[in-house]
Amino acid sequence: MTDLDAFRSDTRAWLEENCPPEMREPMRSEADICWGGRNWTFQSDAQRAWLERMATRGWTVPHWPKDYGGGGLSPAEAKVLKEELTRIGARQPLTSFGISMLGPALLQFGSEDQKKRFLPEIARGEIRWCQGYSEPGAGSDLAGLATKCEDKGDHWLVNGQKVWTSYADKADWIFCLVRTSTESKHKGISFLLFDMATAGVSTKPILLISGNSPFCETFFDDVKVPKDQVVGEVNRGWDVAKYLLGHEREMIAGMGLGGMGGLGLGALGAALKPDNALLRADIAAFDVDALAFAAMSERFFEMFKAGEAHPASPSMMKYAGTELNKRRHELIMAAGGSDALEWDSERSNKGKAARDWLRTKANSIEGGTSEVQLNIVAKHILGLPGA
Amino acid sequence: MPLLTDDQKMLQETAVNFLREEGGPTKQLRHWRDTGCTDGYGTDLWKQFGELGLNGICIPEDQGGLGLGAVEAALVLEEIGRNLTPSPFLTTAVVAARAIEGTAHAGRWYPAILSGEAVLTLAVDESRRHAPEHTALAAERRGNGFVLDGAKQFVIHGNSADVILTVARTGGSPGEREGLTLFAVPKDTAKVESVTLADASKAARLTFDNVELDADSVVGDVDNGWLPLSRALNAGRAGSAAELVGVAAGASAMTVDYLKQRKQFGKLIGEFQALQHRAAHLYGEIEIARAAALKAAELIDSGDEKAELLVAVAKAKAAAVSRLAVQEGVQMHGGIGMTDEHDIGLYMKREAVLGELFGDVHYHRNRVAELSGY
Repeated sequence: MTDLDAFRSDTRAWLEENCPPEMREPMRSEADICWGGRNWTFQSDAQRAWLERMATRGWTVPHWPKDYGGGGLSPAEAKVLKEELTRIGARQPLTSFGISMLGPALLQFGSEDQKKRFLPEIARGEIRWCQGYSEPGAGSDLAGLATKCEDKGDHWLVNGQKVWTSYADKADWIFCLVRTSTESKHKGISFLLFDMATAGVSTKPILLISGNSPFCETFFDDVKVPKDQVVGEVNRGWDVAKYLLGHEREMIAGMGLGGMGGLGLGALGAALKPDNALLRADIAAFDVDALAFAAMSERFFEMFKAGEAHPASPSMMKYAGTELNKRRHELIMAAGGSDALEWDSERSNKGKAARDWLRTKANSIEGGTSEVQLNIVAKHILGLPGA
Repeated sequence: MPLLTDDQKMLQETAVNFLREEGGPTKQLRHWRDTGCTDGYGTDLWKQFGELGLNGICIPEDQGGLGLGAVEAALVLEEIGRNLTPSPFLTTAVVAARAIEGTAHAGRWYPAILSGEAVLTLAVDESRRHAPEHTALAAERRGNGFVLDGAKQFVIHGNSADVILTVARTGGSPGEREGLTLFAVPKDTAKVESVTLADASKAARLTFDNVELDADSVVGDVDNGWLPLSRALNAGRAGSAAELVGVAAGASAMTVDYLKQRKQFGKLIGEFQALQHRAAHLYGEIEIARAAALKAAELIDSGDEKAELLVAVAKAKAAAVSRLAVQEGVQMHGGIGMTDEHDIGLYMKREAVLGELFGDVHYHRNRVAELSGY
């Protein structure tokens, strides 16, 4: 038996004993996601136990070093763990922007003190993070951000406004892009961390076309931040942001797979059973694109791991994946007919089809619009002039 | 999907260099077209394929081949597509080699395929649509052999092939997979009408008017022709998908270069965002089509049950994407793209033929729907 086989059998046995049966049921809705954080209310004892047990082993972030709360697993071991979790249909014990976004940035750019201080509490789900990037005047042109951060000697003083801050009203801390210099557009930005409970921070949820409010406006009014909470060098926060945006685009591009795992990759038609020849043809054309994209996603992650992916390729994936997801939901609506238009009936699971459809329209806006991604591909991959 | 192994990368490099040097339109496609070559491809180049060992990719090692698979064939086919190389590689070294694999015909024909001396092809279509299950060409038993009656069309290289692997019906009725038999029909047996296709390649319309064949000419088992046929069709569909990816990549590279050279309104046309976004979209689509083609090839090689689905996905995707690539290519080249002198139009014509071969985009979208249960 190889070491990896031994790891697999140990992992399987441990999961068998430690993953509560409820946590092996498919999630019913987004409400079943465990986000963690200071104010988190566990839905059930099972949800709490599952998070605590996984966090104790460092398996909420299996590939992070053990010193920072991770599992210290090799890529091969992490893959085995993922396979074993998938095999029993285990839910993700913890979902967070700390894991998917801030963590990778800290591992790459953070000081040793910052890693030791922030990473373990992310791994244990104790602190819930939000991301402060976009501003009313800085959307696609993110580097045009204006939130002012002044050096007051013993602290930073932050004034300004962020918008589209996901779950800012529920988050404990924020990682935030702020302007520390007006000398240079890109080299005047810093990557700052601070507690959302700090005096002067306030949030206001934004009601969306889907009827939901996952995003907020976030206001900073004379917010004092300790000096040691800048990640990377002062005025070089854009490097951190770009690195992180790569991660975000990868994650959003993955949504092209559509979370319909149980139905097989992208086989939308099997779920919808179209009863009209032209709709069937549209869905078949979609399924071809979705299954081809699934093959691309596999290849992309392999290339990314092997360092063979073009640095701008996440933009291509993000563009293709999000446009695909929008098409998926257009087809779900078409197949659903008038049933899919009900907004709050129990029959329609409170308008799930329509709300999900509307939600997908943001896919190609958030994390850099489709048009921005195409600009990036045109410039950095195709080398087109003036792009 | 694992990335390419070192051996696969070496093979790819061989194909890239060989076809860039020898396989381009000036030396091959234009040359044979403009000199009125009846074969439509160069026999010397075909022997060079053999000398480089490329023809052995789909032939088992114990029969003199390399014992590799659809992935390696795809790597070569992408370069064939990129260079618009007229070659019997797909019909002979991929499709026919797979069709006769494990049958008595393998021993007889593999040596000549390996050396690049023989050309073999597959005759399936009987109307303007690809519909293998609907094969009606009749093969009736007579004495120790069979008599074939019917017609085939769109038989690539059918005018010059040494052997035409012909699907015929020995039982059942059109629409059924059962009752099909694959026959190895020697040159000059059926009546051949040579046709030149839009891309200057040569194909044949065949008429079988009570053509007598020996029992030895059966490939595999009587009434069980679906087995070698589907093996050959899977290889041909995945292979043509890979070649289409090469066509798309070649057309796209040529077009992006043009965007960086052509000036209008005092600037390079590649500076216009309207063109940049279309070029960037196309780039992503080609990457996705390549991933699908390689995935299909990989599943064929591992004998995965999903292979058939992914083959249909790959062919449909590659055909749609290469169609987009050649359309954008001609459009973005403007007037020069409409001239015969420029190569971009050759890509458009090659794409049209390859897109149709072994089922077009609509055929394979329909397959995806059927295989997915809707």
